[in-house]
Amino acid sequence: MTVVDLSSRRADAAAAPPRAVLEVRDLVTHFPTRTGVVKAVDGVSFTVERGKTLCVVGESGSGKSVTARSILQIVDQPGRIVSGSMLLHRPDGSAVDLATLHPRGREIRAVRGAEIAMIFQEPMSSLSPVHTVGDQIMEVLLLHLRLSKKEARARTVELLRQVEIPHPDKAVDRYTFEFSGGMRQRVMIAMALACNPAMLIADEPTTALDVTTQAEILDLIKRLQQQHGMAVMFITHDMGVVAEIADEVLVMYHGKVMEAGPVDQIFHAPQNDYTKMLIGSVLKLEQKAEIRLKRAPLAEDAPSVIEIDNLKMHFGSPAAPIRAVDDVSLQVKAGETLGIVGESGSGKTTMGRCLLRIYQPTGGAMRYRKADGTVVDLVTADKETLKLCRREIRMIFQDPVGSLNPRMTVAQIIGEPLLVNGIAKGSELDDRVSVLMDQVGLNPDWRERYPHAFSGGQRQRIGIARAISLNPRVIVADEATSALDVSLRSQMLDLMMRLQDELKLSYVFISHDIGVIRYMCDRVSVMYQGRVVETGSTDQVCDAPQHAYTQALLSAIPRPDPRLRSMHKRHRYIA
Amino acid sequence: MLKFIAKRVLWMIPSLVVISFMAFVLIQLPPGDYVTTYIATLAASNEVVDQNTAADLRARFGLDQPMIVQYWKWITGILLRGDFGLSFEWQQPVGDLIWERMALTLVLTFATLLATWGLALPIGIFSAVRKYSIGDYIATFFSFLGLAIPSFLLALVLMYLAAVEWGQEVGGLFSEQYLNAPWSLAKVWDLIGHLWIPVIILAVSGTASLIRVMRANMLDELNKAYVTTARAKGLSEFRLLMKYPVRLALNPFISTIAWLLPNLVSGSIIVAIVLSLPTAGPLLLQSLMSQDMYLAGAFILLICTLTLIGSLISDILLALVDPRIRLE
Amino acid sequence: MTDVAFAAIDQRKVAVASQWQLVWWAFKRHRLAMIGLWVTAFFYLIAVIPGFFAINDPSQQNARAAYQPPQGLHFIDTAADGSWSFRPYFHPTTLKRDPQTLAAVHVPDTSRKIYVTMFGEGYEYSVLGVFSARTHLFVSSEARQPLFLLGADRLGRCVWSRIMQGTQISLSVGLVGVFLSLLLGIVLGGISGYYGGRIDFVIQRTIEFILALPTIPIWLAMAAALPQDWPATLNYFMITVILSLTGWAQLARVVRGRFLSLRTEEFVTAARLDGASEGRIIFRHMLPSFASHIIASITLAIPAMILAETSLSFLGLGLQPPTISWGVLLREAQNIRSIATAPWLFAPGIAVVIAVIALNFLGDGLRDAADPYNK
Repeated sequence: MTVVDLSSRRADAAAAPPRAVLEVRDLVTHFPTRTGVVKAVDGVSFTVERGKTLCVVGESGSGKSVTARSILQIVDQPGRIVSGSMLLHRPDGSAVDLATLHPRGREIRAVRGAEIAMIFQEPMSSLSPVHTVGDQIMEVLLLHLRLSKKEARARTVELLRQVEIPHPDKAVDRYTFEFSGGMRQRVMIAMALACNPAMLIADEPTTALDVTTQAEILDLIKRLQQQHGMAVMFITHDMGVVAEIADEVLVMYHGKVMEAGPVDQIFHAPQNDYTKMLIGSVLKLEQKAEIRLKRAPLAEDAPSVIEIDNLKMHFGSPAAPIRAVDDVSLQVKAGETLGIVGESGSGKTTMGRCLLRIYQPTGGAMRYRKADGTVVDLVTADKETLKLCRREIRMIFQDPVGSLNPRMTVAQIIGEPLLVNGIAKGSELDDRVSVLMDQVGLNPDWRERYPHAFSGGQRQRIGIARAISLNPRVIVADEATSALDVSLRSQMLDLMMRLQDELKLSYVFISHDIGVIRYMCDRVSVMYQGRVVETGSTDQVCDAPQHAYTQALLSAIPRPDPRLRSMHKRHRYIA
Repeated sequence: MLKFIAKRVLWMIPSLVVISFMAFVLIQLPPGDYVTTYIATLAASNEVVDQNTAADLRARFGLDQPMIVQYWKWITGILLRGDFGLSFEWQQPVGDLIWERMALTLVLTFATLLATWGLALPIGIFSAVRKYSIGDYIATFFSFLGLAIPSFLLALVLMYLAAVEWGQEVGGLFSEQYLNAPWSLAKVWDLIGHLWIPVIILAVSGTASLIRVMRANMLDELNKAYVTTARAKGLSEFRLLMKYPVRLALNPFISTIAWLLPNLVSGSIIVAIVLSLPTAGPLLLQSLMSQDMYLAGAFILLICTLTLIGSLISDILLALVDPRIRLE
Repeated sequence: MTDVAFAAIDQRKVAVASQWQLVWWAFKRHRLAMIGLWVTAFFYLIAVIPGFFAINDPSQQNARAAYQPPQGLHFIDTAADGSWSFRPYFHPTTLKRDPQTLAAVHVPDTSRKIYVTMFGEGYEYSVLGVFSARTHLFVSSEARQPLFLLGADRLGRCVWSRIMQGTQISLSVGLVGVFLSLLLGIVLGGISGYYGGRIDFVIQRTIEFILALPTIPIWLAMAAALPQDWPATLNYFMITVILSLTGWAQLARVVRGRFLSLRTEEFVTAARLDGASEGRIIFRHMLPSFASHIIASITLAIPAMILAETSLSFLGLGLQPPTISWGVLLREAQNIRSIATAPWLFAPGIAVVIAVIALNFLGDGLRDAADPYNK
């Protein structure tokens, strides 16, 4: 006979801290506006456990960030929590419902920063620029732990050392603008960890960072989580990051939970249609596009359209120039897509802009073979020649909002190149604009609409229509898909490839996203600090990179498959 | 930091040269000169001045020399000997006439600046934090009113009210018994007792625009991400407000000295004329009317120099409180 | 914002709405700004045909009416039998002497009623110098008993009519002054923003210098330099020139700032790559983008000009009588004796305050609505 001693079991439960740190049930957060209520969070439930990482994923506007902010009751005005409960379990076994606390009250303030800490997306603006790093970290210690100034300072230096900030004893008196983005995010993490919180909420902490910096920050969070046994709630839109770090995943869409479960199940056996679509569009970008696999391989000896030799673009004083583009040589072959990949500051965008001579290069040559076979050096071309060449070399911009004049109708925007080059006007222009809109998948009836009436993806289509309006031969696409949600990216890339085949285009495709490059490019050049470190076929560069930087870059990219976690295998590149 | 201040101070030199030249040209602009006016005055009282006397007078005042020479004599006199020339009208060295008035102008301006800040800061912060509250609407209403009422009109209304309702004369900075008395503690106290009226009048319009500036700055700052960070740390609303957004909104606020000061000085001149205060204003107007050029020139030069120094101070102050500028 | 703010408006209409349409929708929601717009429009209507709104000839002196207090209008006319009708009238005043002080006292004669005629005939005035008319909004029905709605000044001139007449000069000084400032500001600010480099540096320093100077002493000195015997129109023009000599700096700064930020906008780069000429880029792409901002800026600059003119004229160094402007009128209220006996001489000041507030509301609303594309 087994005697179950209920009382002793209860005592056991009290001794071991509860596994669940935070239980959220049916959380509803509304934003009342002049025209109605926006249900940003609409009945969301989840549990965050000690030592585990919960990833909340969703595209822009899914309510994932508002969910995170609701927990600490720091939702921006006029948002407010309407209903639901958020039980915070304390180590002593007691629990408090955060939803019932007054947002300005003492109780919730005692939770913020002490029991639940938060880090944010923008390391640039999330710290005050006029207070020292030390001041901002010490503040938390003074507030919650009531340390003396001296103790707080010593602890701050220790925290900065933990997050691997060099010379922490000096850094403590520096201002945030003296640090790089990655370093600032480390400061934010140090601040969040100051009081050993039971839970860390990270709201897209790596979105604004480069992949190699992202890898380091993810690593740091993981390590600190293991050391302190924190629960982590990680908000992101990047499925690669999710696969890399999550234990549990919550998929959100329009304020509702679409699916929740262990990370392996979400990636390998998704139940919900939206999750399937999301995973599908991510996985699609993990390989070469179907259109490209079906196409016959490009001839090895295809003629070059553009040959770039020793291109240099220096900014600043000639004495100590900033070498944005430093001795770059490339060829763009007819009909191919040349990818240019690199992190911020690698000079890839400047390179693209030099190609169209938006910037006047400091030196080198860019030989362009025109349609009639004559060769022009774009670096030295005179105004008239340049104008003619710019009809054949076109550009697609990164920002679908800023690159369209908001004061012109779509027809005027798409028709502008035709009009100013004297190619078409009047009803003929109208007809050609309609054809172009049709070509990029826009309803020609929307001709008279202004850009503000279109979504991000549609605006990018307008930009593409404008680029192809002059029957160009080369298109420079600068981060053309990075402003778009992942589900739209492959659509846009497919459109671009279809147009490439129809119009016999060559693309120079600039991106920081290796997935996008692999999906669409035939060859790829890797740029680092103004130089091309490696050029080769996409398969070769992606699968067997030669240069140490490329290897480091590729190893830092999280793969969207939790079974292929590789972050611990990554290596740093030191130039 | 030192480099910044040095650079900024060096910039003052060309500015001062331009100002001094401008002041001189400005007072030279009117057709004719003091002698013409003088002769006209004499002629009005039926005295006839022949051409020789006029030429003598011109030679004595150096009015017959080319302008650039006159300017050189004038500016070197000021710089080397502190000699601002002779007032034709008062037949006294300009230096004797202006210093006390300039000092009082400075006192008035500085007191107004303090009052303006003292009022505008808390009201602006309140307006921003309690956006669209009754208090905000009241503050906004009064700031628009303050912007629209010319300071001289306010001075007139106050004078009217004082005369009709309270049967008092408002005006001047001293009671009668202290008017020509030497400086003493009692006189200073008397000055303070009189100073508040022009200070309030002048502060009204300055406060109005500053409230709007502070409110706008605060609204900008309140939406910044670092405020959310601070809130997520668990700071109380008040401490958070004071330490972060207010501190940051103060920076652009400090730079308002640069444009507030010229406005204040301008306003103080008109108000001083209306209230007949013993400051620079009334004497400047009078000297301009009678083309007493050295007197007018000295005033314009000094007033402009003072405002330039004011904006210099505001720049340095800004660099002191904002590490982004200091460490550039 | 465009999505949420205009949700009340049919989305299909929003989709095809031009910049000005969006600005107008945003502006319309700003209630104070709309009031400002109506009041400003009304003031400028008065400025165009002041004679129509005047009651008496503003320059007509009338010794018997010196310091005549305002005559209140009564709107409901009660007849002896108790019946009443809507018919505005006023009581005429008679001049009596105070037996002790011998000062003139205007005593209303409540036994008599003089009716007010709407759209009646009065003194002849010229409309913008093109044609002349005699119709007024309202006049006294008896030519020998003029209506002094806001009283009369030292020389017995009708204050109401003089305020109406002064509207023309005071408001047009603002407009002309701002126009001159704008011209200088756009040319210099445009050059500064477009060419950059050394020219930009010089113009920038000049602007900073001008902004750091107190305006009144400089205006005073310049205005004092104007010969007293110049004709009124020349004097008027010179005063506006003097005001705009310092006013342009602020505008030039705005223009330069907008120009610089627009120059690096992606859509401007896109237009350049489209092959658009420099002129087309400036006029088709850049100008429409900052036109609304410029309009807002000049609307906010007009009240400053009006205040400046008023101050200068008040000090006696601006416009000179017989020119009638609000500042010139306020000169009558300069000494304590006259305002103590005739406080209605402040009335032009109220006109100044209303006009300036209305323009400020209007300008504020325009500034908020100027960029409907940013949140």
